[in-house]
Amino acid sequence: MDMPRSDVRPVDFDSFSTPKHLEHAAQQAHKRNYQDFLIVDVDSHHYENESYAEVFEYIENPIMRRDAIDSGGRSTGWLNTQVGGQSLAGRIVRNKGRRLDKPRAAKHRDIGLTLDWMDSMGVDYCCLFPTPMLFLSAHPVPEVEAAMAQAYNRWLCERILAQEPRIVSMLYLPFNDPDAAYKTVKEFGGKKGVVGFMVTSPRYKSVHDNAFIKTYSLIEDMGKVLSFHAAYNWDDRALAMCNRFIAAHALGFMWFNMVHMTNWVVNGLPERFPKLKVMWIESGLTWAYALMQRLDHSYLMRTSDCPQLKRKPSEYMREMYYSTQPMEMPEDKSLLEATFKQIKADTQLLWSSDYPHWDFDLPSTIYDLPFLDETAKRNILGGTAAKLFNLDTKPVKKIP
Amino acid sequence: MAEWFVAKSSDLKDGDRRIVNAGPREIGVFHKDGAYYAYSNICLHQGGPACEGLTIANVVDIIGPDRTYEGQKFGDEMHFVCPWHGWEYDLKTGEMVGDRKQKLRKYEVVKRGDEIYVVA
Repeated sequence: MDMPRSDVRPVDFDSFSTPKHLEHAAQQAHKRNYQDFLIVDVDSHHYENESYAEVFEYIENPIMRRDAIDSGGRSTGWLNTQVGGQSLAGRIVRNKGRRLDKPRAAKHRDIGLTLDWMDSMGVDYCCLFPTPMLFLSAHPVPEVEAAMAQAYNRWLCERILAQEPRIVSMLYLPFNDPDAAYKTVKEFGGKKGVVGFMVTSPRYKSVHDNAFIKTYSLIEDMGKVLSFHAAYNWDDRALAMCNRFIAAHALGFMWFNMVHMTNWVVNGLPERFPKLKVMWIESGLTWAYALMQRLDHSYLMRTSDCPQLKRKPSEYMREMYYSTQPMEMPEDKSLLEATFKQIKADTQLLWSSDYPHWDFDLPSTIYDLPFLDETAKRNILGGTAAKLFNLDTKPVKKIP
Repeated sequence: MAEWFVAKSSDLKDGDRRIVNAGPREIGVFHKDGAYYAYSNICLHQGGPACEGLTIANVVDIIGPDRTYEGQKFGDEMHFVCPWHGWEYDLKTGEMVGDRKQKLRKYEVVKRGDEIYVVA
């Protein structure tokens, strides 16, 4: 029997390196020739709380700034947070590991960390979102949401987006204060790397409220994207019945976007803003297909409830955009194929990783689907996002 | 098939593991409770390093004789967890515990004197 040389290594829990953690992702990227075409990630994250010392300095109001700095960003301080074990009691190692990571040299540590995972996955451009601030919508004080949004957006534009062309963002909209939301679009709409504005979904403001109309008009005029980024709120009365994270997360990430989408459609906003590009982020895909059927069925009996609509709800929904992650993977792939067909995935679906969060997806979740042709794969992985965000289509990544 | 060197048995203590590049294959070799186990290091989910995460016992819901829920405890089944997304595998069988139809490829481990080899 042969005894060839093997390459053996131990498993090391005392250090962490993003390129090492994602070594298999880079292998997938080479095997699938990602270097030959554009890949854009429309939903990824950083941990802005690790830069709160910098961000808080951007808070305009001196009283709030002092409150924020004094709190040190603790969960019991100036900002709210959410219960939830995203790291599965340490089973998912990169959250703790990040503190040990030594990213490439860059103008900010978050830029280095981000470029490291992007290159490993084969991503050319990413749309970067915050993490704890996804829950800021549940803060009891709207002025705090507005102040924090403005500080974070200024910090992000100056320290990250202005410094690194491969990172773009849809900026945080302080939606609990409609005037502050409008001012946010006015102030930041023309900044480098700003491709749109993002509403965190777990909140109790109705999207059809007249107070938001001028903001939608402005975003439409600017040609930017309005996105709704899902999250959960375990304090929501319905979700508070759930005792396990899996339940609050699985339902919460669909629930709030289903409510906002339904209000968006039945109140005729697609008719009032026909050129506004609307994107639904991080709810997976099955919710959209289910809601299309549900709303169409009711609409045909109750057209008087939605007199602005000239077509069935599903037809409007099919003109909106959807991010992929966390993409359901049914054993019967014909179900996924039907969902792709219903949402017109070839032109309306955009791949997203959600990295570094616990349920991230790789580009191979799209690239390996047996029912997509090469053109559809490339559209979903980057072509559609490039058009939407006005990005250069030349690949710029360097897969390690 | 060939035998690929893993470690001297004195270096692979109980609870230790090694990742072996055996030609094109990446294999995780575990030493646990006196036994050796070897599985493909490619997670069946999205291809993560399945053998490089935590080893942890299964979690059990305690249900009383009257069928009421009484809490949770760790069980006797040892799992290893893919560090990318948390897919858990049974250390003794390589079965994915959320769907036992799915299994990591298992490899034979042999001991020759003081040396451990994996057959692949």
